[in-house]
Amino acid sequence: MTEEMIQVKNVNKMYQDLTALQNVSLDIKKGEFIALVGMSGGGKSTLLRLIAGLEKPTTGSIKVNGDNSKSIMRMMFQEDRLLPWMNVLDNLSFGSKDKNTKAHAQELLELVELGDYADHFPNQLSGGQKQRVALARALMTNPEVLLLDEPLGALDALTRRKMQDLILSVCEKQNLTTILVTHDVEEAARMADRIVVMKNSTNYYEETCPKKRNAGQIGIVADRVLGEILGEKEAQMQTA
Amino acid sequence: MQNSVALPKKKALRLPVTKLLPFLIPIILVLFWQVASSLGWLSSSVLPSPLAVLQDGIELTQSGELPKNLSISLYRATLGLLIGGGIGFILGFINGMSKTCRLLFDSSIQMFRNIPHLALIPLIILWLGINESAKISLVAIGTMFPVYINTFHGISSVDPDLIEMGESYELSKRQMFFKIIFPAALPQILVGIRYALGVMWTTLIVAETISASSGIGYMANNAEDFMDMETVILCIVVYAVLGKISDLVAKSFESLLLEWQTTGRSNV
Repeated sequence: MTEEMIQVKNVNKMYQDLTALQNVSLDIKKGEFIALVGMSGGGKSTLLRLIAGLEKPTTGSIKVNGDNSKSIMRMMFQEDRLLPWMNVLDNLSFGSKDKNTKAHAQELLELVELGDYADHFPNQLSGGQKQRVALARALMTNPEVLLLDEPLGALDALTRRKMQDLILSVCEKQNLTTILVTHDVEEAARMADRIVVMKNSTNYYEETCPKKRNAGQIGIVADRVLGEILGEKEAQMQTA
Repeated sequence: MQNSVALPKKKALRLPVTKLLPFLIPIILVLFWQVASSLGWLSSSVLPSPLAVLQDGIELTQSGELPKNLSISLYRATLGLLIGGGIGFILGFINGMSKTCRLLFDSSIQMFRNIPHLALIPLIILWLGINESAKISLVAIGTMFPVYINTFHGISSVDPDLIEMGESYELSKRQMFFKIIFPAALPQILVGIRYALGVMWTTLIVAETISASSGIGYMANNAEDFMDMETVILCIVVYAVLGKISDLVAKSFESLLLEWQTTGRSNV
């Protein structure tokens, strides 16, 4: 648990004149569940995309497992991004004819409780089912790092709660290092070991969550995190 | 239980009606045409009766003239479409995939596309004469642009989120094309092919009417010289049937290749 899986060192990201991230450093241990929260434009998704290797930092370095290897990471996006022309099983295996790949895909579908939906097309599934397929697809290559870019944002409250439990149980079983970007502070307080509040491109706050937590503790952590986010916004409004 | 018994009966009654409905208007028109001819409302020199056209068709089939001309027209149309469609697809593919190729070729292709291809007939005759290559070239030029435009548009408008997903899953370039780009562009490519089929027949009719010694267009043109109205109408009907068959073939391809678009939620 003490081994560093992800090391973000003095990362800056500029989009022409706009500074998205300034001097960000973050260490994430193997098996740790981190939540990135904050106002829109705070750089949460940018940081996740940099870690995923979808974009490159302007300066600074990001190391995953001592290297900058993409192959041990898989990402779940806000939209399911399933291929509509492939059935569920082929979406997991990208149409591979390999029997072992198919068998592994079927196992993962059982894990996300969609074992009977292998031959369905994405347009036959509900939003929650699609995200469960996307989760199964992310687990296909047995990743060590799972990156979640607001994957539950579009789901209703009940489906969202079920998905949170499913993700938590999968991450725990497979000892995945996980980064979750979310707008929902309660979701962050419920799921994460550590919450990183990204107030703006330069200002960060960290909150460590209790190991075992009840609803009351979740509420207290969520309130504290929300206070940090809103406090910054109120200060900005006063300055303005 | 009563409902589950009643439903299939309703379906059994409805299915033939929906299948027959598209034929209703053509049948009524032909019947009206036949009645109008039989009652003398229509002169045979203006419009011969459907029965006279049918009889002419039977005679031309028995003599071998219609099958011979039909097969040569089909040969020209198919070969022209394969060449033009193939070139259009390749150009659309490379311009859709490569920004450099797009900058190099697209502007020139768009310039040529705006020239009506039938306006090239005199030039094609001067270059290639009135032999097969002239007619096939005209069909190829006509069908190339719809396939090009739709392939290019289909490939360049693939959802970037899907491409990004493919990148994050480290798909190879080959996998990226065959698993994501081509299937995503396919609906648009098929629209281009369907449109090209229409252009294919129009171009062939014109090409065979102006410069040919065989083919359905030639038959119609020749019949006009002899005031043979039955054969003129027969040729028009043959073109209409060929057009309809092409459209049905294109539709079958669409339903076969794009099955996922119509698979609904009903069997969830």
